[in-house]
Amino acid sequence: MYCIIIGGGNVGYYLTKDLVAAGHEVLLLEKNRTRAAQLIEELGDSAIQGDGCEVRIMEEVGFGRADVIVAVTGEDEDNLVVCQMAKRKFASARTIARVNSPINEPLFAKLGIDTTVSSTRIIFNLIEQEIESDQVVPLAALSKGNLEIVQIELSKQSPIPGKAIADIAMPTGAHIIAVIRENIALLPSPEMRLLANDTVLALVAADREGELRGSFVGSY
Amino acid sequence: MKAIIVGCGRVGSTLARMFAESGADVTIIDLTSDAFRRLGKKFRGSRIVGTGTDMSVLERAGIKETNVFVAVTDGDNRNLMATQIAKTVFDVPLVMTRVYDPARAEAYREMGIHTLCTTSIAANLMFDLAGGVPVEAMISELQKTRTGQKEAPTTVTEAQK
Repeated sequence: MYCIIIGGGNVGYYLTKDLVAAGHEVLLLEKNRTRAAQLIEELGDSAIQGDGCEVRIMEEVGFGRADVIVAVTGEDEDNLVVCQMAKRKFASARTIARVNSPINEPLFAKLGIDTTVSSTRIIFNLIEQEIESDQVVPLAALSKGNLEIVQIELSKQSPIPGKAIADIAMPTGAHIIAVIRENIALLPSPEMRLLANDTVLALVAADREGELRGSFVGSY
Repeated sequence: MKAIIVGCGRVGSTLARMFAESGADVTIIDLTSDAFRRLGKKFRGSRIVGTGTDMSVLERAGIKETNVFVAVTDGDNRNLMATQIAKTVFDVPLVMTRVYDPARAEAYREMGIHTLCTTSIAANLMFDLAGGVPVEAMISELQKTRTGQKEAPTTVTEAQK
């Protein structure tokens, strides 16, 4: 595959090296002369100095025969315009744009970019998922709702894994009623040790739910 | 009429004053508050410090009620991204920009954005002058100063409603 990469920052540099190592034909375009000189010294013919938004450069480096155009500069507007011009002027096969501001992802899709990658969003989602896995999720309310059955998934970050049930500081008005481990529901006993990835089912007075959450999630 | 102008350079500040003097409600956006000095003390529009490609900044500038959107920063790509946001996300009725690169200007003009390429305009007119084409009258008409006049410039207030 012939891949053209625009933007010789860290992302562009490592991407070029990996793609070359994987046997692809790669060309890295960097606008800044000083940075481009460094890249050429290291990557040889795989790097070139030039503004990827200039049609003259696009023609020179063969945008027309590229299988994929990857725009990974630190500026969203540059990544957008490179990909749009590639599509419009050269009918380039596939365009991939790095999106620095996650809010621009749906915009880029609407404006015709095939694939967008937002490292901000990926990292944000990873963090959100870890926090969410320690959340107390209400499953059912009993009677008039003064008692609830709740579910807590234990992540590695939780302070609970490794502790015996008897050693967990449970609020009064809360009881563990079952532990689900690898899809098997276990009856709890005081000496049973909880593990990461366990799902704990508890019966709790509705007004104690916050305290229960405090016991399991802790402050990390 | 409500207008948003992104970029308070020579073009942006001049156009903002023209719009304001003709009675339009103008908001101008620039990355630095320093740029607003070009507007002069009498300017009655709003000034916002921020990026013209940031949707939250544009919303703060009132883009949802805007009739005319102009992007005239010194970055072609920034202008092209800002105008596309105005056109496709916020459905602004009239969207226009100034682009230096003729190739980019042509591509985005074909995509339905009003794109003025001052590079081509200047080069073409100079070429015509050199070749004896009678363009002097048109050039002097186009270059008349229209700010700070006693009479308001051609009104834009009722346009683009």
